Amino acid sequence: MLLPKEPSMTVLARGSAVSSATGGRLSPKWLKALAAAPLSAKLGLFIVIFYVGLALLAPWISPYGEAEIVGPQFSAWSSEFLLGTDNLGRDMLTRLIFGARNTVGIAFAATLLAFAVGGTLGIFSAVAGGWPDHLLSRTVDVLMAIPQLIFSMFLLTIFGMSIPVLIVVIALVDSTRVFRLARALAMNVTVMDYIDVARLRGESWLWIMRREILPNILSPLVAEFGLRFCFVFLMISALSFLGLGIQPPTADWGSMVRDNATLITYGDISPLLPAAAIAVLTIGINYVVDWFLDKSSGLREGQ
Amino acid sequence: MRNILVLIANRLATGVLTLWIVSVIIFLGVSALPGDIATEVLGQGASPETVAAFRIQLGLDLPLHERYVAWLSGILHGDFGTSLANHRPISDLVFGRLSSTLELALLAAVMAVPLALALGILAALYRNGVFDRVINMLTLTSISFPEFFVAYVLILFLSVKTGLLPSLAGSSDGTVLGRIEGMILPALTLTLVVVAHMMRMTRAALVGVLASPYIEMAKLKGVSPLGIITRHALPNALAPIINVVVLNLAYLIVGVVVVEVVFVYPGLGQLMVDSVQKRDIPVVQACSLIFAATYILLNLTADILATVTNPRLLHRR
Repeated sequence: MLLPKEPSMTVLARGSAVSSATGGRLSPKWLKALAAAPLSAKLGLFIVIFYVGLALLAPWISPYGEAEIVGPQFSAWSSEFLLGTDNLGRDMLTRLIFGARNTVGIAFAATLLAFAVGGTLGIFSAVAGGWPDHLLSRTVDVLMAIPQLIFSMFLLTIFGMSIPVLIVVIALVDSTRVFRLARALAMNVTVMDYIDVARLRGESWLWIMRREILPNILSPLVAEFGLRFCFVFLMISALSFLGLGIQPPTADWGSMVRDNATLITYGDISPLLPAAAIAVLTIGINYVVDWFLDKSSGLREGQ
Repeated sequence: MRNILVLIANRLATGVLTLWIVSVIIFLGVSALPGDIATEVLGQGASPETVAAFRIQLGLDLPLHERYVAWLSGILHGDFGTSLANHRPISDLVFGRLSSTLELALLAAVMAVPLALALGILAALYRNGVFDRVINMLTLTSISFPEFFVAYVLILFLSVKTGLLPSLAGSSDGTVLGRIEGMILPALTLTLVVVAHMMRMTRAALVGVLASPYIEMAKLKGVSPLGIITRHALPNALAPIINVVVLNLAYLIVGVVVVEVVFVYPGLGQLMVDSVQKRDIPVVQACSLIFAATYILLNLTADILATVTNPRLLHRR
C-alpha cells in the first residue's frame, strides 16, 4: 500500500465533511471531550493505549523469552503455547507481544526523526524564502519522484541492514513528505503581520520558527504525525516481510508473517495474527486521527 | 492550443531533468558504499591482487564521471551491465520480468478502475445513505491493511479453503489460460489495495461538483439522479478522477513488489528483492532506475492529462 495511498488526503477530506456533525464541543477539559467522542474514536484510543501497554510491559507479561526456543516447531494452539509455536519452536504469543515493542518502537522513532528533520527544514524553508527555499524544495521534488519503497530498498542495499540504518533511511525518505506539509502550513503563517513585527523587533529566525510559527501549525502537524506513523509502520512491516527490514532474532510482525506463511496452506490462521495486529493498530490510529481532525476543524469553525 | 503544447513541452522537460537527476542519485549512491563493490563482493579475506584485478574488470579504476557516462550510455543502448551474482547480462534478466510485472499491473487495472468508478458513482448517488456509510467504513479499513495481509486472507479463503484458484503464480502448466489463472489472485490483491483510494477520490470529486448551482438547475428541470451524475456531474469531475486513476496505476507498478513476493510471481519486484538480499548492486541499480522511470513517466502522464481535461489549470498562474 505505498505511494499514492497516503491516507492524509482522504482523511482530511472526510474530516471537513463531517466536522459539523461531531466536532464543535468547546470544552477545556479533555476528559469531557473524550466522553463526547464518537465510538470509533474511543475504540481507536483504546487500541492505541493497549498496544503501548503491551510494548512497555512486554518482558513482564509474555510467558517466555523473546528468542527462546521452547518447544517443537509449528506446534498447534494449546494451554502450554496459547497461540502455538513458530518455525523455530519459539512461542507465538511471546513473539507477538515483543513485536509490539520492536515494530511499533522502531516505527515511532523513525516518524519522530522524520518530523524533526522534515518539520524543521520545512518551517525554515518558509521563513527563509529565496534561494534556500528554492534549493530545498527542488531537492525534495526530485527525491519524491523516486517511489518510497524502492528508494528505501536501494538505500538499505548500500548501507546494509541494521536497526539504526533502517530508522535513519525510513526517516529520511519520509521526511520529504513532512517537509512539503510543514512548508505549506508555515507559508500561510509567514504572511501574517505578527511575523513582520517579530522580524522588525529583531527576533532571530530560530525564535520566529519556534515561538511564532510552530504553535500556529501544531494541530495539523499532530494529525499528520498519526497518519505518517501509520504509513511508516506499514512500510517497515513491508520491508521486514520482504526480509529487508528488522533482522532476526528480533521479534517483528512483518517477518513473523513471512517465516510462518507456509502454515496458511494448511488452513492454519496463526501467521495471519501478526498481520492482523498491524492492521488493527493502523485502523485504531486512523480512527483517532479522524476524530482529532474533526475536533480541530470544528473548533476553528466555531471561532 | 499553442498554450497547451508549450505547457506539455515544459512538463516533459521537467520530467526528463528529474529522471536524469534520479539516475545520478542512483549511480552516485553506490559510491557511498564503505569500501567499494569489489571488496563488498570478494569479502574481507581477498588478497589485494584479486581485488585490484576485479576492480579493473568492473571498471572501478576509471574516474567517477567517466564511469557514469559509460553506465548511462550503456543503459540508453539497452545494456545494463552484468549481474554480480550469476554473471548474466542484466538486460536479459530485467526485460522479461518487466513485461510480467506490466501484465500483472494491467490485469489489476482492468479489474480495479471500473470497480472503483462504479462504487464511487454509487456512493455519490446515495451519499450519506447506508450504502455510502458502509462503503466508507470498508474503504477506510482496507486502506489500513498491509498488502500481505490482504494477500494471505485471499489465499486462505479462495485457495486453501475452497480450492478455486492456485496460491502460487508459477504452479500452472505452461498454457495461456493457466498463466492467467495464476495471475488472478495477485491481481485481485492489488485491486483491493488500490480500489479504496480511487473510489474515495471519485466520490469526493463528484460530491464537490454536485454542490454547484447548475446541478440544482438540472434537478429542478426534472433530470433523474443517475442522469445528473453521468451527464452533468461526471464530465466536470473527470480531471481529478483521471488524475487519481493514473497515479494509482503508477502505484500498481511499484506496489507489486510485496504481492509478487507473496505469490512467487516472476516479476521485476521479486528480482529486486532477491538482488537486495544478495547485495547484487548492479541489478538493484537497474531495477531502481526502471521503477523510478516508470513512476515518473506515469506521474507526468497524470499531470498532462489533468491539464488537458481541465483547461482552467492553464491559467493557474
